[in-house]
Amino acid sequence: MKTETRREHFHPPSVIGKLLRRMHIDIPLFLCLFLTALLSFVILYSSGGQDFGVLLRQAARVGLAFFLMIVLAQVNPIQFKRYSATLFGIGIFLLIAVLIMGQIGKGAQRWLDLGFFRFQPSEMIKITTPMMIAWYLAEHHLPPKPKQLGIAGFLIILPTLLIAKQPDLGTALLVASAGAAVLFFAGLSYWFLGAIIGLVGASTPVIWHLMHDYQRDRVRTFLSPEADPLGRGYHIIQSKIAIGSGGIYGKGWLGSTQSELEFLPESSTDFIFAVFAEEFGLFGCIALLALYLLIIARSLYIASQARDSYNRLLASALAFTFFVYVFVNIGMVIGILPVVGVPLPLISYGGTSIVTLLAGFGILMSIHTHQKFSIG
Amino acid sequence: MDRVFSIKNDLAENRLFLRRIYVALIFIGLMSAGLVVRLMYLQIVGHEHYAMLAKENSVKLTPVPPTRGIIYDRNGKVLAENTPSYSLELIPEQIRDMEDTLRRLQELFDLPDEKVEQFHKQRKREKRFNSVVLLPSLTDEELAKFAVSMPFFPGVEIKTRQVRHYPYYELASHVVGYVGRINETELKELPMPEYQGTNHIGKLGIERTYETQLHGKAGYAEIETNVQGRSLNTLNEVKPVPGANLYLTLDIDLQKTAYDALDFYNGAVVAIDVKTGGVLVFVSRPGFDPNPFVVGIPSEDYKALNESENQPLYNRALRGLYPPGSTIKPFIALAGLEYDKIRAPQGLYCPGYYTLPGVDHRYRDWRKGGHGTVDMIRAITESCDVYFYRLAQMLGIQKMHDFLQQFGFGEKTGIDLYGELAGLLPSPAWKQAKKKQRWYEGETLITGIGQGYHQVTPLQLARATATLANHGQIVTPFLVNKIVTAQGVQKSPEKPAEIIPLKAQNLDPIVAGMINVVHSASGTAKRIGYGIPYQIAGKTGTAQVFGIKQGAKYNESEIDFKLRDNALFVAFAPADDPKIAVAVVVEHGGHGGSVAAPIAGKVIKQYLQNLHEN
Repeated sequence: MKTETRREHFHPPSVIGKLLRRMHIDIPLFLCLFLTALLSFVILYSSGGQDFGVLLRQAARVGLAFFLMIVLAQVNPIQFKRYSATLFGIGIFLLIAVLIMGQIGKGAQRWLDLGFFRFQPSEMIKITTPMMIAWYLAEHHLPPKPKQLGIAGFLIILPTLLIAKQPDLGTALLVASAGAAVLFFAGLSYWFLGAIIGLVGASTPVIWHLMHDYQRDRVRTFLSPEADPLGRGYHIIQSKIAIGSGGIYGKGWLGSTQSELEFLPESSTDFIFAVFAEEFGLFGCIALLALYLLIIARSLYIASQARDSYNRLLASALAFTFFVYVFVNIGMVIGILPVVGVPLPLISYGGTSIVTLLAGFGILMSIHTHQKFSIG
Repeated sequence: MDRVFSIKNDLAENRLFLRRIYVALIFIGLMSAGLVVRLMYLQIVGHEHYAMLAKENSVKLTPVPPTRGIIYDRNGKVLAENTPSYSLELIPEQIRDMEDTLRRLQELFDLPDEKVEQFHKQRKREKRFNSVVLLPSLTDEELAKFAVSMPFFPGVEIKTRQVRHYPYYELASHVVGYVGRINETELKELPMPEYQGTNHIGKLGIERTYETQLHGKAGYAEIETNVQGRSLNTLNEVKPVPGANLYLTLDIDLQKTAYDALDFYNGAVVAIDVKTGGVLVFVSRPGFDPNPFVVGIPSEDYKALNESENQPLYNRALRGLYPPGSTIKPFIALAGLEYDKIRAPQGLYCPGYYTLPGVDHRYRDWRKGGHGTVDMIRAITESCDVYFYRLAQMLGIQKMHDFLQQFGFGEKTGIDLYGELAGLLPSPAWKQAKKKQRWYEGETLITGIGQGYHQVTPLQLARATATLANHGQIVTPFLVNKIVTAQGVQKSPEKPAEIIPLKAQNLDPIVAGMINVVHSASGTAKRIGYGIPYQIAGKTGTAQVFGIKQGAKYNESEIDFKLRDNALFVAFAPADDPKIAVAVVVEHGGHGGSVAAPIAGKVIKQYLQNLHEN
């Protein structure tokens, strides 16, 4: 007879591991995120002209984001559920405030200046929208009935339109997909899903009509980038040259000529994937994609282990939105989606998106590590 | 109810949820596979193609800015051109010892330390293989000096670029305007593909109004560059569309005559071709040299211009507001005839002043002893104030306002320049709205001699005079006559002819009076009428800059120059077939007949002489 042995006996948890668990940190998720953040520094060093100042500024933001993630991981998910509606309400209020201030100030307005720092309400709503929808649907039996779907649909469309009006098409898309993801995981019937997709398709001319000129330009550029090589098509053409010239193995770290010679605009922000693809080639791209998929898989696993509907819906929606993030950015850089201004998650230079993303993962960790204490 | 079934439901919900997770995983997997397929297409199938474009040699799209159109006057003399300018530039990558090179350059050129500092600042922003400007515009002498020692300065080169130049300096600055560096606000509004590589846009004058036509459209060159970004050869080029050349109606020689005639005075002269509305002379003195604005005027120089007492940046012809003084009298006289308030031969007695019933105030005539009994022709010839006080009283302010408005007073003329002012044509309604006061009859009287609230621009005055000369057919002034591109010539669009319905016989006494102003012994501008084979019709004006106290003596020479009256003169010629109309305003010139009229006389004589000779 074999002695039943537990894993722990083979691999006694290290002191650090114990500490991390005590701190409500999910180790696999944390490691993947940390690895991605490290990778971001490697690429930024190359794309940012080998400037340590760029790295330092980004390090400060990433540090802040990780800190926020750990803080949120300490919060019991019951609290998230309890304040879902309130936070969503505040978010909508701020969006309207920003819009009104924008009207007064004439021109695009996304920021709320709080004096000591500038805050983008559309970032907060990326998380509070799925929280709100998850909370609302979890109050009722699943799958949701038509009446609940109607109300949930309204709750998604409201922030989406407010953000699209700013105008920030990329963020509007992400908020809409976060809300839609909750509906999907809540068991929205496939018929209904098909109908919605059909409806969106049919309303394309209306959307086209409502779009700003520069947004229309982007769509036109997507459809035929070569028509305007000096103007808007320039990004796509140069990014395709960068990616294609990278080949299978890439040109090696710091070997990117496209961004080095400044042919590739926004090489540290929205188009950083092109630099990565040029330097690390197809293998590098597949590895990066795999790293992202690992994060998504772990997040979905956390969702599947969650005990109550609210936690499951929220966790799965956050995981899915992360994928949308990845897909939309890479898709636009490799020329299969229009340029909508979504950064490459965890890697692009800039602070706002990484703070929101890691806040989301903080909530995931909270959901996963507070299981034993949650009731019902 | 909900709670009773909650456990059962939880199980069902959990199963549903797990199914959805699997579906999501499959979806995510498929989409990711899509990304990988596309990446494989770019990086394996397309690799050779893209590598060719990027790996060894990169194709760089370089915008090729268009050449800006040239501005000519009516005789083809160049008012704005593009001249090559040579700048000394350094390529940091090719310079082994930067400090040493800079020190040796300082020995060669007059190179202040600030310039070197500025260079270092700029250098940090640029890539090492890009050239950075050290000295923006070299003189021929400097150019020659450097050409000799060039071999000792590897990495230092001379670059040529086109710089806008205005060969007439301050003479035409208020018409042609100038170009300047594009600022950030302008950058946001410019159509980008067309303006790639362009650094300057029109900021003022014709340069600004016709920016679109003058600029043209950028082309681009696909230039093959190596890894260092150095250009190897041009693969493909789309030529820029050069800007259109503009031919103005302005006559720069005539402009110079008018400018010089103003001498040390500040003022404005506008002359218009009566038949077309083309502006022949558009002088605002003092002008300013527009050339420093092109390269960026040093702030202390700009401050000096801006704060100068003579206000050289102020476009007096376009934006100067002056009371018209007696130059308004021909129009008031015409109004009297048109509204049947008076007949031309009817005499009015002038004792040297006029009073309103029940009021002590004496409205004085400029001639202390009065003119005696004068008819309309004499009233215009001698500029009798009392005649016009009484005529104004007969007309009333509303009729005067309505009649003068038809000649364009109180409205912009619509000339093709930015920033025109509309002036002010007073009426009781205006006074009620702006000053919250009713209109007084005394104000009607002084409006009749062009004093009081009425304010005109020199351009407006010239236009009204041209319209009068044109028998009431409204003249719209414009400056650009032809726009010439490679495709052809575009004439300025003809304005639909608007006509003020005037009775032909009513104009005769007005013109007769104006001819007498210049050609009769008692005329106020008789000095300019000698020895010409045609007749000039004119009217002098003297507008008070400040009010004279009742009973006070007025002596021109005793009072401070700054308080002296503005001198005005309007005229058209030849009187029987008008070709040119002129308005002259001389600030603090004193009397219209002695200062303003000779300026108009010179312009008219030169123009008609040239017309006759050609």
